[in-house]
Parts: sequence; structure tokens; C-alpha cells
Amino acid sequence: MKIGEQRKTEARGIEEREDQRPMSSIGLNDPSVRCEVVEQKTAVPCLVLENLSKDFGGLRAVDKINLKIEPGERRVLMGPNGAGKTTLFNLVSGVYPSSAGRILYFEKDVTGLPSYRRAALGIARTYQITNLFPNLAVSDNILMACQALVRTKFVMFRPLSSYHRLMDQCNNLLKEFGLWEKRNELVKNLSHGDQRQIEVSLALAEKPRLLLLDEPAAGLSSAETHALTLLLKKLDPSITILLIEHDMDVAFEFAERITVLYQGKFLAEGTKEEIKNNSTVQEIYLGSE
Amino acid sequence: MSEFLLVQTLNGLSFGALLFLLASGLSLIYGVMKIVNIAHGSYFMLGAYVGLSVILRTKSFILGAFAGGLVVGVVGMIMERGFLRKFPLKALPQMMITLGFALVFRDLALLIWGGDPYTLPCPEFLKGSTQIYQVVFPVYRLFVISVAVLVAIALWLFNDKTLVGAKLRAAVDDHEMASGVGLNVPLISGCMFGLGAFLAAFGGVIGGPIFGVYPGLDFELLSLGFVVVIVGGRGSLLGSAVGSILVGLVDNFGKALVPELSYFTLFAPMAIVVAVKPTGLFGRE
Amino acid sequence: MKDSLASKTKIIGLILAFLIVVVMPPFYTSYWITLFTQMLIYGILAMSLDILLGYTGLSSFGHAGFFGASAYVVAVLATRYKMGFLTCFVSGIAVTTVISMIFGLLVAHATGVYFLIITLALGMTLWGLAFRWVTMTGGDNGISGIPRPDMGLPISLKDPLTFYYFILIFFLICLILMVIYVRSPFGHSLKGVRESESRMRVLGYHTWLHKYLSYVSSAAFAGVAGALWAYFDGFISPYNMDLTASIEIILMVILGGPGTLIGPALGAGIIVFLKNFISAYTQRWLLIVGTIYILTILYAPQGLMNLLKDWLKGGRKKAAAEEVI
Repeated sequence: MKIGEQRKTEARGIEEREDQRPMSSIGLNDPSVRCEVVEQKTAVPCLVLENLSKDFGGLRAVDKINLKIEPGERRVLMGPNGAGKTTLFNLVSGVYPSSAGRILYFEKDVTGLPSYRRAALGIARTYQITNLFPNLAVSDNILMACQALVRTKFVMFRPLSSYHRLMDQCNNLLKEFGLWEKRNELVKNLSHGDQRQIEVSLALAEKPRLLLLDEPAAGLSSAETHALTLLLKKLDPSITILLIEHDMDVAFEFAERITVLYQGKFLAEGTKEEIKNNSTVQEIYLGSE
Repeated sequence: MSEFLLVQTLNGLSFGALLFLLASGLSLIYGVMKIVNIAHGSYFMLGAYVGLSVILRTKSFILGAFAGGLVVGVVGMIMERGFLRKFPLKALPQMMITLGFALVFRDLALLIWGGDPYTLPCPEFLKGSTQIYQVVFPVYRLFVISVAVLVAIALWLFNDKTLVGAKLRAAVDDHEMASGVGLNVPLISGCMFGLGAFLAAFGGVIGGPIFGVYPGLDFELLSLGFVVVIVGGRGSLLGSAVGSILVGLVDNFGKALVPELSYFTLFAPMAIVVAVKPTGLFGRE
Repeated sequence: MKDSLASKTKIIGLILAFLIVVVMPPFYTSYWITLFTQMLIYGILAMSLDILLGYTGLSSFGHAGFFGASAYVVAVLATRYKMGFLTCFVSGIAVTTVISMIFGLLVAHATGVYFLIITLALGMTLWGLAFRWVTMTGGDNGISGIPRPDMGLPISLKDPLTFYYFILIFFLICLILMVIYVRSPFGHSLKGVRESESRMRVLGYHTWLHKYLSYVSSAAFAGVAGALWAYFDGFISPYNMDLTASIEIILMVILGGPGTLIGPALGAGIIVFLKNFISAYTQRWLLIVGTIYILTILYAPQGLMNLLKDWLKGGRKKAAAEEVI
């Protein structure tokens, strides 16, 4: 996974995928597509939600959501506050057990798996409200993510600093995210923008196949948001990304397809254009703002 | 054999009754403020000591009971107001402070009343025994059970049926929302703390004639109170009641059957409950 | 350059520690030697709790239970069955570890307040065993007459100074082991659990397991301290392992600074010293401990060691600022 690789979206052919052309044909015709895309099994959706529901006592926060996301897709999840977007993330990442329905990850039923097992399968997420390790240094935060899925995390008799591969991985991430200078600072002393950077870097450190980004631009200045958008666009194309974003500009810039939720239920789904022109969607957004 | 069973059951129930007075206060405080009051056993002990002094001076048991309850209730409110409020919603520092107070109370009690154990004098009209089905049973223990039952009913009514109870439940469930709706959450917290302290202290006096009072009672009962909370569930009145009965019975039968392992017998119900339903029999969350 | 104040302080501290703890003892009176021995043993105990409290963020109120359990095993084996040092020492630690492995199953899923409650109750069940199992433990009277180990050395361990160095070796070994432990990848994961258990789970950590292992390892080291204590004091009673004892250990950790290892060791030294010193003049030790507790929480909740670290960092920042100007 190399973030620096530029992706030619058009060459990949979003429109082609809409036509449901098998992946292998895209690979043969298009030299700019990397090998890994071709090696992937054909037409296995990355994430499938089947009638997924979540109740909190008497409140149904998520109601029979059906969703299908293809590998490498950039899907944006939209909806006014209370629509159930973060709850959905919590269900997919395993933080909440579901009340009904199934979650299929590359055709594997993960509905009953605890979070840490899903992380091992390649599901990573960020938090809307920053959830880092505040009294640890930036480098320690990133190391935590780097060692999360390897067996060395149980070693008790050798210093962590002697594991060069982990340390190099950490240092590379620090440099890529522009955090090298601040690597010894305690996270709680950093600016909000830097903390949001670390949020994303933690999720990416584990080379996920499915990345759930919960409002990564929350609280960022327009300059920081712009930098974030660039970063998101440079992400490895084989990673499937599901993004919750309130900022319409970021959402529309990044999205290939958009799913709109409203009060826990599915409302609409389609391309940028379709959603922009959807009158119901306009209504709920204008109505709620 | 059945006589033994009956006697021990009634003994266990009367112990459970006292535990309920202690545990219901603990549960209340935990429920509202999400803190565990390490000084709660101390309230029980201090109540007994204060009650002892008042009874010795005034010869009135009732006066002693209420004096003990009120004095400690006030102490509790001062603790909450003066110290705990400095760390709103931060559980660990608050608990550490209650811990410091527990030690201070223990030593003050030692200073004022000395290290000898005392048994509180039993009120005249409750002395003696009565006969239930061939079993001779002290009247006082029956009295203790009835007091606990009355308190339980009163608390339940208060909680479920009154407006104040509803406000309390609101404050318990969501501090912020409750404040937003205009409830004076600090006042509620303070009163709950005071009420919990009162109940514990009151229990201390009531229990005095049976169990006496001595330095060390505070932590022994605190631990038992915690076992009740673990078994019965936090923040639940029904849980406190059921838990108290269970713990009272287990502890008593343990003492009677395997005195050398009696405290350890409590480990079994704890382990079972935690394994099967970690939040306690009637616990929420 | 920026770090010179911090590293200077560290070096001075190390030299001072070396002098006070290693070089000077032959010149102390036996009162002080005995006191220092006590400090070292409680230092091990406090550091063991730091693993759980300071590094993993779990407040255990039953830690003295492990200390006492180990001491009782040693006491019974040494006085009743006349077993040698190695057997007693290993058995004490082994029994304590097994107990913690069982208790850990109940405890590892808990967090915060609930963890506190359960560990307190479990600690008290161990105390209750010591208190009531009179045929085995002597009940309230405890077990006395534990002889100093006969290691076949030219100087007997009955000599306070020799025994002091004997204990010092154990202290240093434990210290080194624990330092390696907290700097290892596993130790790192414990800090993560402390800071944000939810994030750890989502990152892929089976936090239950990490908490369980932390609990057991912490108990094992407490067992070391307990076994050594039995030999030091020659006597063990339920009062060494009741709730007050557990509370004192917590104070040592909090006063010294949780999450620093050295801090709690220092905290242990301070509390042991104060206890002995104050008890000579007044009975009011508990009152003073309680007041220290309250004052520490109100004014220095991060503990002395962290206060020192912050002060040093502040000095560093000032020096850096001055350079810029």
C-alpha cells in the first residue's frame, strides 16, 4: 500500500464498472491499472449489509439497511444528524452487536465477530470524535497501530525499539503524514488538525482492505480540509473506502457513489449527479439546515 | 435439622436486611454519581458509634438511630459538597477522595471511641424471643428484617411513584439532558449522597445490638456491600434487595457450616454471577 | 542541549540512589538498614501494582491479597514443613499466580469502577481466608517464627546488613525485569489499553487478554514481594493483607507517580518511612495517610514523579525559548 501512487480515476473506468464489466477485462485493456487489481477475485463485493438493524432499547437507530459496496469503490454515506451513519460504522466495525441482519465482508459473514477479529481481516475505521491515545507521543500512537496485527505485540522481554521493521514502518508513516517533527509530542498537546491526521494514519497503518472514515474533516479549517481531500484521493485504489462526511464539497469531490440515510433508514443511492438532482434528498438537507 | 435450617435462614435474612440498608445507599450513590463511595462502610460504622453515644446519654434507641443517621447524613453531604464536587464526573479522583475520608473516619472513630468493640443496647420492648413454628427466634432480628422491608418499600415507592423519584431517574440516566431540562443536578446529587449516607448510618445503629461496632467494621461491611452490588447489579433497587438476601444467606450458612472458609464462600456466588451475567442479576448497562 | 537539565537530573539521581542504596548501608544503624529493607520489599510491591494501575489503567483494590497469599504460603511451608528457601519462594509465587489466573477470569472483562469493586471484593475474600481459616493460618494471630533462609553463606542472613543486600539483589532483578516488560511491545499495548481501550479493540487488540495477562503478571510480582516479606519480618498476619494494606499500596503508586515504575518505588519508600517515623510519635497514622491521600488527589494527582518530569520539561522549554531569544 503506497499512498503516494497517483490514481487515474478515469482510466479505471467508473462508468465501465457501472456497466458491470468483469474486472479482468479492465486490467487487460488498461496499462495504468496495477497488478493487484487484476489478481483480486472477480465480482466479490467488499461489503454487503443485509437488512441490518440496530435497536437501543425502544429506539431503532438503524432499520433494515441494505448496502453493497464493490472492492476499491469510494462510497460516501450521507444524511442529516441522527440518520444512523455512525451507528452503521459501529455495526460494521464490530463496536455494536447488531440486532438483526447480516454483515458480509468479501462474502464472509462477520456479523458475530468482535472488533479485533474484524480488524485482523482488514477492516479499519476512524472516529468522528477523535479517539487517540492522549498521553502518549505521536510515534507511540502510530506504533500502537503498526504492531496491532502482528504477533510481536505479545512479546514481553524485548524492547519495542529493537523491532526495526515496526520502527521503520512507524517512521515512514510519520513522514508521510507530515508528523515527523512532532513525533515526540504528546497527542493531547497537538492541534485538532494534527490529531485528525493521526486518526487517519492509525487506520491506514494496518494496511486495511476496507476503510471506514467517519467525518475525517470534522473541525478542520478549509486549508486542512483541502489537504485531507488530496490525501484521500491519493489513497491506494484497491482499498474500499466508505466515507461519512457532512461537508458537501468533500463528499461530492471524493464520491463515486453516494448512499443517503435518513432516520436510520435507506433513503437513496446513486452517482453524484443522481443524488444532486434527487428532490427528496434536497428536501431533507435544506429542511434540516 | 429443619430447626437449624430455619434459624440460620432467619439469621441470614436479618443480616441481609442490614446489608440492604447499606447496599441500597451504595447503589443509589453509584447510580446517580457513577462513583463508588469507599467511605460507605464508614458511614455504617460511624452511625453505629454516634447512635451508641446518643443512646447511652438519652436512653432512647429511636433517638439514637435517627441521630446517627442524620449526623452521618450531614457528614456525607459535606463530603460531597466540599470535596467531591471539585471533580465533577471524574470517577477515579472522586473515589480516591472517598478513600482518604474512609481512613480519616476510621482513625477519628478510634480516637473518639477507642478500639474496643461495643454492642449497642437493645431497646426494652424488642428484647427477648418469640416462637415461630417450634423455633425460638430473637424478636430483635425480626424487627431488623421488618425495618429493612419498610425501607425497601419506601424507596421503591419514592423511586417509582413520586415526581422526585422521576427526577432522580432522569438525573441518573442522563446528567446533561437533566440539566438541560432544568433539573438541579448538583442538588440532586448532594441529596442522594446524603440519603445514602443516612440509610447506611441508620442501618449501623439498627444493626448495633446484633453485630456491635468496632474499628474494622467499616471495611468488612464495605466489602460485603460490594459483593451485594456485584451479585445484584449496580443502580438497581431490586438488585440490592435480592443481592442482600443472597449474600446474607450465603454468608450466614457459610459461617454455620464451614466457619473456617466462611468469607471465602462469598467467592462462589460472585464467580457464578460474573460468569453468567457480568452486570449482575438485575444490573443495567 | 535541550535535554541537559533532564539528563543531568537523571544522572545525579542515579548516583545518589547508588550511594544511598548500595554503597552507604554498611554505615547505617540497624534501624535504618531494617527500614531500607522494608522499603525495598514494598518497592517491589508498589511497582507490581504500577503495572496494573499505572500502565494498564486498572485500579486494583485487592492487591495486598496477593502479597499476603504468597507470604502465608511461605510462612506455612517454612514453619510447619520446614522447607527450604527455594521451595517456599517458588511455591509462594506459584500459588499467588494460580490464584490470580482464576481471579483474572472474573476480572479481566471489567473496567474502571467495576474493576475496582471486584478486585476489592476478591482481595477481601483472600483476607477472609487468612482471618478465618484458623487451623491453617493461625487466624488473627498470624504465623510467626519464620526463620531467615539458610543459604549456606559465610555470613548468616540473620544479620540485617547481609539480608539487606540479599533483598537488594531481588529488588534490582525485579526492577530490571519490569523495566524490560513495560518497554516491550506487550508493555506498549498495556499503555494503549489505559489510554483508549475502545480504540485498541478496533485496531485489532484482544484487550481482554492483555488485561488478563497484565493482572496475572502484576500478581506474580506481588507474590515475590510477599514471599520476601515473610522472611524479612518472620511474621505474617491478616493485617498485612486487608483493605487498608491494599489502600496503602495504591497511595504509594499515586504519590510516586503512576506509570513510571521508579515513582511508585520512591512512593513506597516515602510511605514506609513516614509510617515508621510517625508511628513512633502518634497512633494517628491512618488519619495522616487519609489526609495525604486527599491532599495528593486535590493538588498533585499525577504523582511526584510526573510532577518532576513536568517540571523538567518546563525547564527544558524555558531553556529552548531562551535560546531562540
